[in-house]
Amino acid sequence: MNELLRQMLFLPEQASTFALDVDHLHYFVILVTTFASVAVGLVAIAFFWKYRQRRPNQATPMVNPTAGFEVAVITIPLAIFLLWFFIGFRDFVKLASPPPDAMDVYVMGKQWMWKFAYPEGPSSVGVLHVPANRPVRLLITSRDVIHSVFIPAFRVKQDAQPGRYTETWFTATIPGRYQLLCTEYCGAQHSKMWGEVVVMAPEAFDEWIKEQQRGLVTRQDVLADEDQVNPQGDLAEMGKRVAVEQGCLRCHSVNDAVYGTEQHIGPTWVDLYQRPTKLDNGTEIIADEAYLTESMMDPNAKIVAGYTAVMPSYQGKLSGPETAAVVEYIKSLRSDRVRQASVKGPLYEPVR
Amino acid sequence: MQHSAAAQQLTPEGWLPPPPLPHHYDDHVSHANAVRFGMWLFLGTEVLLFAGIFTGYFTFRAYFPEAFDQAARHLSIVLGTLNTFLLLTSSLTVALAHHNAERGKNRNAFWLLAVSVMMGGGFLVIKGFEYHEKFVEHALPGKFFNFSEITAPGGPVFYVVYFFATGLHALHVIVGMSLLTWVAVRAWRKEFSPTYYAPVENAGLYWHLVDLVWIFLYPLLYLV
Amino acid sequence: MSQSASPAQVATAPAGAQPEFPKKHYLNDGTTIRSWLLTVDHKRIAIMYLVGTTLGLLLGGIFAMVIRLELLTPGPTIIEALTYNRMFTLHGLVMIFLFMIPAIPGVFGNFFLPIMLGAKDVAFPKWNLTSYYVYLAGASLMLWGLITGGADTGWTFYTPYSTTTTTNIAPVMLGVFVIGFSSILTGLNFIVTIHTLRAPGVTWFKMPLFVWAIYGTSIIQVLATPVIGLTTLLVAAEHTFGFGFFDPARGGDPILFQHLFWFYSHPAVYIMVLPAMGVISEAICAFSRKNIFGYQMIAMSSLGIAFVGFFAWGHHLFTSGQSAFDAGAFAAISMLVGVFTAIKVFNWVGTLYKGAITFTAPFAYICGFLFFLVFGGMTGVALATVSLDVHWQDTYFVVAHFHFIMVGAVIMGFLTALHYWFPKMFGRKYPENWALLAAGLIVLGFNATFIPQFLLGNAGMPRRYYEYPERFTALNVASTAGASLLAFGFIIIAIYLAIALFNGEVAGRNPWGSRGYEWDTPSPPPTENFDHPVDHTRIPHDYTDTEDVATVSHAT
Repeated sequence: MNELLRQMLFLPEQASTFALDVDHLHYFVILVTTFASVAVGLVAIAFFWKYRQRRPNQATPMVNPTAGFEVAVITIPLAIFLLWFFIGFRDFVKLASPPPDAMDVYVMGKQWMWKFAYPEGPSSVGVLHVPANRPVRLLITSRDVIHSVFIPAFRVKQDAQPGRYTETWFTATIPGRYQLLCTEYCGAQHSKMWGEVVVMAPEAFDEWIKEQQRGLVTRQDVLADEDQVNPQGDLAEMGKRVAVEQGCLRCHSVNDAVYGTEQHIGPTWVDLYQRPTKLDNGTEIIADEAYLTESMMDPNAKIVAGYTAVMPSYQGKLSGPETAAVVEYIKSLRSDRVRQASVKGPLYEPVR
Repeated sequence: MQHSAAAQQLTPEGWLPPPPLPHHYDDHVSHANAVRFGMWLFLGTEVLLFAGIFTGYFTFRAYFPEAFDQAARHLSIVLGTLNTFLLLTSSLTVALAHHNAERGKNRNAFWLLAVSVMMGGGFLVIKGFEYHEKFVEHALPGKFFNFSEITAPGGPVFYVVYFFATGLHALHVIVGMSLLTWVAVRAWRKEFSPTYYAPVENAGLYWHLVDLVWIFLYPLLYLV
Repeated sequence: MSQSASPAQVATAPAGAQPEFPKKHYLNDGTTIRSWLLTVDHKRIAIMYLVGTTLGLLLGGIFAMVIRLELLTPGPTIIEALTYNRMFTLHGLVMIFLFMIPAIPGVFGNFFLPIMLGAKDVAFPKWNLTSYYVYLAGASLMLWGLITGGADTGWTFYTPYSTTTTTNIAPVMLGVFVIGFSSILTGLNFIVTIHTLRAPGVTWFKMPLFVWAIYGTSIIQVLATPVIGLTTLLVAAEHTFGFGFFDPARGGDPILFQHLFWFYSHPAVYIMVLPAMGVISEAICAFSRKNIFGYQMIAMSSLGIAFVGFFAWGHHLFTSGQSAFDAGAFAAISMLVGVFTAIKVFNWVGTLYKGAITFTAPFAYICGFLFFLVFGGMTGVALATVSLDVHWQDTYFVVAHFHFIMVGAVIMGFLTALHYWFPKMFGRKYPENWALLAAGLIVLGFNATFIPQFLLGNAGMPRRYYEYPERFTALNVASTAGASLLAFGFIIIAIYLAIALFNGEVAGRNPWGSRGYEWDTPSPPPTENFDHPVDHTRIPHDYTDTEDVATVSHAT
């Protein structure tokens, strides 16, 4: 019955606990609405026929409602609407009250991509991994304009506001891949600002997150359905493509296993991000995004100690997004080596 | 609805006969009532316009209480009070002008209206000085803000509210002054009589609204 | 019926004679351009509004067709993303501000309000003309802004996107600000007219229900429009000067924008729908030859909608992160508005009981109106049920809901008014068969366009999407097909009405045999509205004695 109605109404699968509650109320509302409109329609049609005009200038009696009729017409719809209100509000309050043991995920929307970060460390672009049957709380913000996180299969939605955190939560029930869409108009690529939620069995998820924290090269998930993820959305993969196309890999290595740790023409990219680096003038800098970007645009500004200045400038050859993509790719290249410092995520209290 | 003074002679009481009644009204009284009602409705819309900016004020005051406090202390209470005095007094003179016009005392009404207009002008001059000071101090809204005396966050927002609210109000003062000037000219031409004084009354109502908005702006911006 | 009809009237038009076109009427009373441009006759101003709003409807419809054509395929189809974003912004702004808000009050309110009250004109005829020119000025400014590098923010121009986008926002905002004044002036004029210019005998509870509807509408126009005026000024200032009222980076609050915006825009939808409801109250009486079932309730519910509608705006912010308590309060209040509408629907159906119904084109539109209002209204109540809205917010479900009301109810109301009152305004009848055909196409086309959109919303397709996931293709194609049918229906209407203007059969004073007050005057009416003193002691739409009196010119 549930399945029949769900398909007739074109509703997506019910992949969260909330979805079932919402859909049940939905059926209730739609069935009462259909019944009421059909009833009113039938009465009207009956009247059309019974009371059609039979003579020219036909006179009609003056008919006015009784007080009882008016009271009925007010109280019955009001009662039904209020019933819907109570059920709906009760469900909404549940949605607005994440359980205290919910797992937190930070969601950041920016034009036109989603970034997800776990407090324990791993972060990803475009793909969110969550365990099934465990409550997950999303702490959502935006870097620029208002976006909105919408996961139809979970029946969950919350706006991403700049300058503050909003929250929502869900408990996914069925492992699988579900689409995440931006639902607040945010500019040119609003309609491609998609993400994917991968629901894993709880044990599989625990495995996965341990793997992430070990700092292995981030697997770029091969997604089952290319349509579901914006090909631009996965910056690191784009960066890999750009690096190959632009010839970066002729001088920089990305894989210790193949090249070993001996010196090449340029510094290796493995574990480069945030690595303290000695320059040829004796100073030490941290290889952050700014340094990486500057190295592409103006390579001779800072020469790493022990290397010669042979790198060409890519200014004008790489567009802004492509530069950022390469930076993201470099960030994704981490080896087995244990991370030096543990990263403590910031503590955010969402604005209620 | 207007008549040129040259075309008509003064009545024995010393004012011009009332203008011809619009064809769809039965008498002058109902016409005057309709016009007055229309003006009250329009004032209602003005109240709602300012209500929006007051909403903004209260919202941001709740977010940035210290900044609002600091900024308020940098507004000149002397000038603000002087402005309040000017507007309040001009409201009085306008009311007196209405009183006189109702009795056909056009010359009195003219002088009272002229005084009101000048007080309005004085208000604007003082406002001009205040604004000038803000520009010099870089106490300006949004991205132009550079006023080191306000250390708490929210300075730029205070000045958005300040300039929008007082600017919108000043615009209404200008409109009010224009209305009063126009009515004063008509009083000079002795157009008002016990049968016809609605323009004075309605221009006066508008001016009272302008005054009322300031009565709310002044304490919220300067005093608290 | 009207005992005070002069004997001359009866004598010159005996029963069965061909109706005569009046020699002098408001349309030929002065034929220079200047007599039209500087007119203070409310009827001529109404015709000018008809021209203006019809152009707005045409423009908005063209933008709609471009949108639907683009959405035929999941990827880019005929235009690129930025153009598409501008297109839905144009569609929304033009439809709402150039048609939906001014149309029924500006055209039919202006034309019939004084006549229905027994007055010779509105309270302030010159302000009436001014309101039309202000409308044109605002429309021009807005359209100019939209065309020269126009806005791509959607008609709701949420900040901070609207204050940081590189497209040209300021003229569009100022255009909306100026049009707002037109709305305020019209509303103000109507309120004063209703209070002060009722003819002797027309008491508050004898006014036609269309007047009550216009009264409620005017109250909303006067009270709500200033807030959007302020908001557009703030957005324009922030976009141009970087003020930071709504920009979190400078301490501002984007949610404040949403509250200010919806404080106007929610009551605005009642500005659009109340006049349509008023039209239906009139037409349903005329075409079932029956008094309205529950006059007081319908009159009071118009005021009720106007009043309660002011407190429901927060239901647009359910997913914006406001507190659950706020959400609940706004949801409960929104339910109340639904009840007022339910009252009207039941009373309208009750009017049919023991009536004498003729199924004409206006009646076909009434049927469409009723169905679409019930379904659209109920989906509105469903949206107000907070937990359901979480799934539906900003999806095509919302789009379908408001189009059911705005097109399904309001435009059906507009078409009802146009056909019901066409003979009165222009003295000619339109061809009934073509009208019924067009009505059928429109009702069918409308269903085919927007029911798939409800399902798209259920399936999760967000609104304002230029490209969409492939699984939504079938429903989008269905919707576009329906839109083509709808467009075709409108084109047919435009053609036969234009022809009927010049070649239609002469209508005579009262071709429908309606007992509404406005049918007491000739068709078209003279400039002064009445050619004889009219008796207002009877209530409007009293059909109890139409067969006992000798046929007079009223019942041609």
